[in-house]
Amino acid sequence: MSLAGLFLTSFLVVHLGINLLILFDKSLELFNQAAHFMATNPLIQLFQYVLFFGFILHIILGVVLQIQNWTARPVRYQKKGSSEQSYFSKFMIHTGAIVFIFLIIHFANFFVKAKFGHIDPITYDSGTYENLGQLVVELFRDGAYVIFYVIAILLLGFHLDHGFQSAFQSLGLTHSRYTPIIKGFGTVFSILITLGFIAIPLVIYFSF
Amino acid sequence: MDLTLKIWRQASAGEKGKFVDYQVQNISTDASFLEMLDVLNERLVREGEDPVAFDHDCREGICGACSLYINGRPHGPDKGITTCQMHMRRFKDGETIVIEPWRAKPFPVIKDLMVDRTAFDEIIQAGGYVSINTGGVPDANAIPIPKRDADTAMDAAACIGCGACVAACKNASAMLFVSAKVSQFAVLPQGKIEARERVQNMVAKMDELGFGNCTNTYACEAECPKEISVSHIARMNREYLSAKLVSQKE
Ligand code: HEM
Ligand code: FES
Repeated sequence: MSLAGLFLTSFLVVHLGINLLILFDKSLELFNQAAHFMATNPLIQLFQYVLFFGFILHIILGVVLQIQNWTARPVRYQKKGSSEQSYFSKFMIHTGAIVFIFLIIHFANFFVKAKFGHIDPITYDSGTYENLGQLVVELFRDGAYVIFYVIAILLLGFHLDHGFQSAFQSLGLTHSRYTPIIKGFGTVFSILITLGFIAIPLVIYFSF
Repeated sequence: MDLTLKIWRQASAGEKGKFVDYQVQNISTDASFLEMLDVLNERLVREGEDPVAFDHDCREGICGACSLYINGRPHGPDKGITTCQMHMRRFKDGETIVIEPWRAKPFPVIKDLMVDRTAFDEIIQAGGYVSINTGGVPDANAIPIPKRDADTAMDAAACIGCGACVAACKNASAMLFVSAKVSQFAVLPQGKIEARERVQNMVAKMDELGFGNCTNTYACEAECPKEISVSHIARMNREYLSAKLVSQKE
């Protein structure tokens, strides 16, 4: 669970890095180049399966864990407690479930189209690539889609805020000196990832 | 002070329970929570009714017998104390107080607010001890132990096994209890000898009994009357993972 979670977290960094290229190069050349590299490099292709497996593992373990946790208290309290010290820990299954729905839609919108659909090519000085960047830009011209995307990413941020430090605790990697740093880093990291992913649709919607 | 109590009444494990409202009057603010319940019970006995069953023993915060989930918090609103140590001045005159038993599958209700915590004993029996053959008393200074380790073991050993961690946890997980019992031995040389088997056996027992899994909400630490730290949970995770990794084939 924790290892899969941390693995998915590392994937987010790479994914965000590539997405941000859209904002830095309006001609979309950088992004299309990067997308082309990701789609053709054999090592990345192999890793795609590892990533897919990581998601499946994380989701299955998460759901099984949650079901066990619900059945561990068959009679609920009349007056619900709220002593949790890691606030978003309460909503991991909920934020996770919405991220999961998002993932499916996201998959249909980008991955399936990029892999199996037809994407118009575009030619730059450096070569000709499928214009995936254009696909992204067009999707984010739809205000409703932008709102959905932003909300899903916010929830992913909440998921990460608890998840990051939680993974270290689950692995037993705590230390009086380093744990506060891990917790602080996790929060800052979650905020940065969230802001990064949110910035892309907003910038495209308002200024492309 | 006058109070309205909403108390869980359940005649026995098999029967259905329900909340019953009681009014208590003229309670001293200096009374402890359990004394307040005593006042109610004396009245119920006088009126020929069945008194409310609740666990208690030492009434000085050291035995771990008392419990009660009071207004959404195990051992009530104060930090770092048991129910028997809580005083009525913590409540407002006219307040309604909801009193429930610990809720967890491995802690079935025996009667009213009393739950069966045998599950904790079973976990201890699975490994929460150090096997020592009897003999002469060893010299206290023969085994050097760093002060820091001795303190850590002592902090873990402060656990009174009341079950507030399970009650507080949204997953009804017993990790804080089990990790305290694992830690108090794991950091000491006498306990290290059986550390690997201990942690595996105790965790297996805990899972078998139907406690939930830890998702690091840290509600247990916030509600523990002995303020046991969740760093013990991390230590147990560490001990468990490394024990599993290096354990030999049968
Ligand atoms: C990119 C997507 C995701 C990332 C980066 C991520 C990351 C994490 C991390 C780091 C943890 C903490 C693990 C631990 O403490 O052991 C976690 C926990 C959890 N995740 Fe995810 N997750 C993602 C998607 C999902 C999805 C799609 C679900 C769907 C059900 C999900 C369900 C859960 C649940 C239920 C937990 C709670 C387990 C716990 O607190 O220990 N996650 N996640
Ligand atoms: S009765 Fe002993 S701890 Fe409360």
